Amino acid sequence: MGTITLDHYIYLASALFAVGVVGVLIRRNILIMMMGIELMLNAVNILLAATSAFNGDSAGQVFVFFIMLVAAAEIAVGLAIITMIYRNTGSIDVKDYSRLKG
Amino acid sequence: MDFSTLTLEIGAAALALILLVVGLFLPDGKKGQVGIVAALGFAFLLVLSFLAPGSKGPFFMGQYMNDGISVLFKQIFILGSLLVTLMSLRFTRRFEDARGEFYVLLAFSLVGMMGMAGATDFLTLYIALELMSIPLVVLTAFEKGSMRSTEAGMKYVLLGAMSSAILLFGLSFLYGAAGSFGYGAVMAALTGGQTGPLVVIGGIFALAGLAFKVAAVPFHMWSPDIYEGAPVPVTAFLAVASKAAGFAALLRFFPVVLVPLGLGMTTLIVLIAALSMVLGNLTAIPQTNIKRMLAWSSIAHAGYMLLGVMVASFAGAAALVYYLLVYLFANVGAFAAVTAWSELSGSDEISSFKGMWKKSPLISTVFIVSLLSLAGIPPAAGFIGKFFLFVEVAHKGYLWLVALALVMSVVSLYYYVSVIKTLVSEAPEGETSKADIPLALRAVMLVSAVSTVVLGVLPGPVMGYIRNILSTLSS
Repeated sequence: MGTITLDHYIYLASALFAVGVVGVLIRRNILIMMMGIELMLNAVNILLAATSAFNGDSAGQVFVFFIMLVAAAEIAVGLAIITMIYRNTGSIDVKDYSRLKG
Repeated sequence: MDFSTLTLEIGAAALALILLVVGLFLPDGKKGQVGIVAALGFAFLLVLSFLAPGSKGPFFMGQYMNDGISVLFKQIFILGSLLVTLMSLRFTRRFEDARGEFYVLLAFSLVGMMGMAGATDFLTLYIALELMSIPLVVLTAFEKGSMRSTEAGMKYVLLGAMSSAILLFGLSFLYGAAGSFGYGAVMAALTGGQTGPLVVIGGIFALAGLAFKVAAVPFHMWSPDIYEGAPVPVTAFLAVASKAAGFAALLRFFPVVLVPLGLGMTTLIVLIAALSMVLGNLTAIPQTNIKRMLAWSSIAHAGYMLLGVMVASFAGAAALVYYLLVYLFANVGAFAAVTAWSELSGSDEISSFKGMWKKSPLISTVFIVSLLSLAGIPPAAGFIGKFFLFVEVAHKGYLWLVALALVMSVVSLYYYVSVIKTLVSEAPEGETSKADIPLALRAVMLVSAVSTVVLGVLPGPVMGYIRNILSTLSS
């Protein structure tokens, strides 16, 4: 049994981040895509908290709080927009949104 | 602590709160007056930015910086906000009860942009970036009943959040290497040999996140859709102010990763710039919607302006600021003309421009001047802006980039001129209702067109001012 080093946290965070990116790119449901983004941000949070602990500098952990706060604000706006879209189209599947090509 | 350094930021934040309260106390149906208060407020801030730009120096323990670059960029942001506010005074009628909030969100976004221009710390940069982006998302989706507008808002919030996450992922690697979030400390640590593959990855991710904000290829996919779906004044704000804020952040951030990672980062940014110029200009040609066309053209312009960031010198920064100013007036002029015309004809397709010259010579003239400036034809300012920028790139030794940029400018001439050709051609049927353009919109169009010509004919005084501010307040 080896000890857990910073490298392990980097692998974990990178894996989580990759899962989040793939989730945003391949899922077609907006809510799932939002969750993918949350996963990406949480990967960053793990990385920041870990590096901050290993560096012995608390600034990284403070940053994590700010990220959580801003992510909440972003998701609030995102969910409000999803509600409006649902009223307009009756669907939360991105393949139904093709008024703007591209 | 001397809070006079933050005069403009405090002023903008106070203005946003005042607008919120004013909107609250105005009776329904009179909410449009918030716009007039907003315009007065922005005009006041603009005057203030010349009279009291604030003392030079770092602030909040090095997290924030007030120097020549931030003062000039703040002036560009305030000018953009003022012109967009004036442009939208009549336009916001369609938002009825939510009319006041439109201007409040503009003001909050302005605060975020100012923060981006001053940030010298990853935390400040991130908070300022989000303070700018979140109101912009709401503004994009402001037409609640319009499917195009809400869809654009949805795309913006998803892709914007994703790009922020990518930026943060990169920043956390840089933090891991440096043990600090401050630009100075990160730069010192990386120059002192703290480089490895993870730092390179961090630098690349962070650059990708910032490249998204300025809509440079390959991180541009969002911009045509969002520019097309958003209400026209918001599109103008996105194209002008939010892009300028991205460049302000890049201008500060790039030297931090440039010095330690050396030629690799320069190559990367040259590549992004070249791709943006080529793809932006070539894809603009077949567009049939004017907002989409201007979106692709703004991607191409992001390519030109990235060259100014890449130069990373005093003269490069001055040329970039001048180019941004020219680009601001040209784009505001074009979007103001689109606003006026779409009120008149109800369409923003290029094909609907037929007969514009007959119906309204004013809109047509402003449109033509703006498009010529974007294309870089001599009497308009675009030419001299490109000239300043390309001279700096040539000094740096990238002659092939200058050649590519010139060839691509010629390509861009094709689609700008074909719009001009459409608008001077005859209307299919001969209805001649006179154009009714609101006074404020008329003023914005005239100011943009006149400034475009003046900046093109007499670049000396403005360039002198820019150099002067940069050198007296520079760090």
